[in-house]
Amino acid sequence: MIHVWLPLALVCVLAGAGAYGVIARRNAVLVLIGVELILNSANLLFVTMGSVRGDTLRTGQVLTLFLITIAAAEIGVALAVILALFRKRGHIDLSEPGA
Amino acid sequence: MTSLDILFGAVGLITAASAVLAVTTQRLVHAALWLVVALGTLAGCYLILGAELVALVQLLVYVGAVVVLVLFALMLTRAPMGRSPEHSSSAVQRIAAAVIAAGTTALLAGVLLPALGGEVLSAQTGDTKAIATQLFGAWVWPFELLSVLLLMALIAALAVSRMPTTSPTSPVPAETEST
Repeated sequence: MIHVWLPLALVCVLAGAGAYGVIARRNAVLVLIGVELILNSANLLFVTMGSVRGDTLRTGQVLTLFLITIAAAEIGVALAVILALFRKRGHIDLSEPGA
Repeated sequence: MTSLDILFGAVGLITAASAVLAVTTQRLVHAALWLVVALGTLAGCYLILGAELVALVQLLVYVGAVVVLVLFALMLTRAPMGRSPEHSSSAVQRIAAAVIAAGTTALLAGVLLPALGGEVLSAQTGDTKAIATQLFGAWVWPFELLSVLLLMALIAALAVSRMPTTSPTSPVPAETEST
């Protein structure tokens, strides 16, 4: 028996921390860490709601597995872009204008 | 307050604290390591909620693969190991980010907690067989599409990394780096 407000509060905190990381960071890899935190808050919401509203298709947990896969694909492409950016500009500081 | 409540509270508190530290620490490598702690304890949260398969996939994919990729990217972009205040943004931007983050948290909490906060869920474990049946039954076509997506992402990452740079204006030439 778990009260649902506990996972939901964790969802809110994770999303807020991720939003802070996306906005406040200048290094592109650290921005990516913020994006990962937001994706994980969505995952936790999927799992929690899948447990609260259990259905025969197990939608919550299956969609969480899909979202983890999509996040892995996303981070692979994003790191390739960051490395290309680093080769071209010599730094990955997002606050400086592009060359 | 049940024992599972207390357990989830303890693990969730570690998750929240390490997530906040991952986005606020001044050392770049420490941010990736705090991300390991946050994602690993989040797998523990999934375990407490009764989603064993998701917890194991989270450990395998996130802690095993994604964080290694992030650490590799930090090393390949020559991130400094020590404290690097020149990588932090200005105070105005940080305050604005904190305000927006607090607003996001308050908005989500204001929507989710009154709507669903009063409910109690009974975590049922041993559900993996049903998930596997559904995953390869009802969800098999999205699953196959995801494999195509992963292949496309792999090819795209390869293509982007082999893309010729139009103006090689790197301040650190490759010759001096190799010697």
